[in-house]
Amino acid sequence: MKVFEKTKMLTDAHMHYCPGCTHGIVHRLVAESIEELGLQDKCIGIAPVGCAVFAYDYFNCDMQEAAHGRAPAVATGIKRCLPDRTVFVYQGDGDLASIGMAETVHAAARGENITIIFINNSIYGMTGGQMAPTTLIGQKATTCQNGRDPAVNGYPIRVCELLATLDAPYYIERVSTHDVKHVLAAKKAIKKALRFQSEGRGYTFVEVLVSCPTNWHMQPVDALRFMGEECTKTFPLGVYRDKSAERGEE
Amino acid sequence: MSKILLHGTEAICEGAIRNGCRAFFGYPITPQNEVPEYMSVKMPQLGGVFVQAESEVAAINMVYGAAGAGVRAMTSSSSPGVSLKQEGISYIACARIPCVVVNIMRAGPGLGGILPAQGDYFQATKGGGHGDYHLIVLAPSSVQEACDLTYAAFDLSDKYRVPCMILADGMIGQLMEPVELPPLRPLSDIPEKKWATSGHYGKERRVLNSLIIKPEELEPHVNELQRTYDEIYANERKSVSYLTEDAEIVLTAYGTVARIVKSAVNELRRQGIKAGCIRPVTLYPFPDEAFAACAARDCTKAFLSVELSLGQMVEDVRLAVNGKKPVYFYGRTGGNVPEEGEIVEAAKKFLQQAEEVK
Repeated sequence: MKVFEKTKMLTDAHMHYCPGCTHGIVHRLVAESIEELGLQDKCIGIAPVGCAVFAYDYFNCDMQEAAHGRAPAVATGIKRCLPDRTVFVYQGDGDLASIGMAETVHAAARGENITIIFINNSIYGMTGGQMAPTTLIGQKATTCQNGRDPAVNGYPIRVCELLATLDAPYYIERVSTHDVKHVLAAKKAIKKALRFQSEGRGYTFVEVLVSCPTNWHMQPVDALRFMGEECTKTFPLGVYRDKSAERGEE
Repeated sequence: MSKILLHGTEAICEGAIRNGCRAFFGYPITPQNEVPEYMSVKMPQLGGVFVQAESEVAAINMVYGAAGAGVRAMTSSSSPGVSLKQEGISYIACARIPCVVVNIMRAGPGLGGILPAQGDYFQATKGGGHGDYHLIVLAPSSVQEACDLTYAAFDLSDKYRVPCMILADGMIGQLMEPVELPPLRPLSDIPEKKWATSGHYGKERRVLNSLIIKPEELEPHVNELQRTYDEIYANERKSVSYLTEDAEIVLTAYGTVARIVKSAVNELRRQGIKAGCIRPVTLYPFPDEAFAACAARDCTKAFLSVELSLGQMVEDVRLAVNGKKPVYFYGRTGGNVPEEGEIVEAAKKFLQQAEEVK
């Protein structure tokens, strides 16, 4: 009796993510959602620069690899030309909220009918643990070795809250991957965002809190606990925009 | 077919539209604002896409996405804006996405000025962004040619999967001249791009990427790019020679300056000096054979490159002439365009110098 099958939306490539990192979980949630919605054939994904740079090897659909921070602009180009396709963007915090903030805000302000999956692990993982725009106050990084000091490094950016000031976005939610319950809730949000896009409703954005045991210098279980107890204080989970609920469109 | 009076920027747009361009992404900068303005009206009428991007950086990446999805796409800018696009152009070159980038050059460096210049020759022909790559670079010298070369750029770019740049100075962009427009090409006539990431629909999935992390894979990839550039060099060099057969001095210029140089050649001939000129139409690949042919002639004593720069194309002229004859330079910058008389005097001076050296 078959009790489990890997989604066809993921390739068989060996993932390069570190042990304990929850990127792989989010890959699966995105892939399962796309497959369950029947969007795999007409789906085009955009990979970022950062830990998920090799995502084009993992998602089993047409993929474009974008320059650092530029994925929402690349997605805009594709989606405007091929409006009946599903276009999803997978970006980390450095990519999306630092170097790519202009592309992030303007794609949202234009209400591009795309889905952005924003991986927030509060650190630059791929380059070895430098401070991110989402690094918590007091959190240590290789470029703020005594912990993030607001007087020197400023404060973390809350992207969902920032984008929720714009008129155009249709759906914005922040979710987490620190336990099974939250992983299941994350899946629900991701699937909802992709469905909204496929229905042509507009810009959808899901921020997913992810752990980075390697660069947080923690055991994987401690990292999950830190995410649930600390990260969610700076980055409160919840729905920041849902026009379907506001308009009773569900 | 009858001619119509068109602005240089409009001619560029029509050349693009008539050869299947259906996506345009731009950002305002003088002296090319008429391009995005024109496209913002025309693209929706043709069922195409126009987006005023948040920056030149975003615009070139929208081109990456759209052209990567298989649509003929273009962006335009002027010098400072084209510098911002260089990151995207490098990625596009590596991922082998065909597209057209227009640079209506203004005076630099820095924010510089808004008047015509040719100071971006190095940037356009030697790569511009990081890494080993080239663009096909075409240099129109009239409004008609601005249309025709932009039309041709889309076919060249598709054929070789190499991005193509239209390098025009601000004068060509802002000039009005009569133009005969080519017919509107049906989209069904444009070959399908089997590599495009447009949704795989059950077939083998496709990836457009410029990250090739394994050295044993990246080297063959850049070697393959170089083989393509070699093929482009063999097939696509183009220049127009005028009265060079018996010329003692061969002048050379592209864009606006080539027109003034041609007048200067006529004036020199009227004064009894055997002058001729070569106008490169392709700046990359550089039409070196035209220069080598002149350099081999006994009658030719000197070359003179005239540019709106401090001397950029002259380096390629020197490589082409390969030490056989002296190569001189005369240039103006800051948005100033030389007059015919200045060029005539420069030619006479350098021809005399060449004879003294001999």
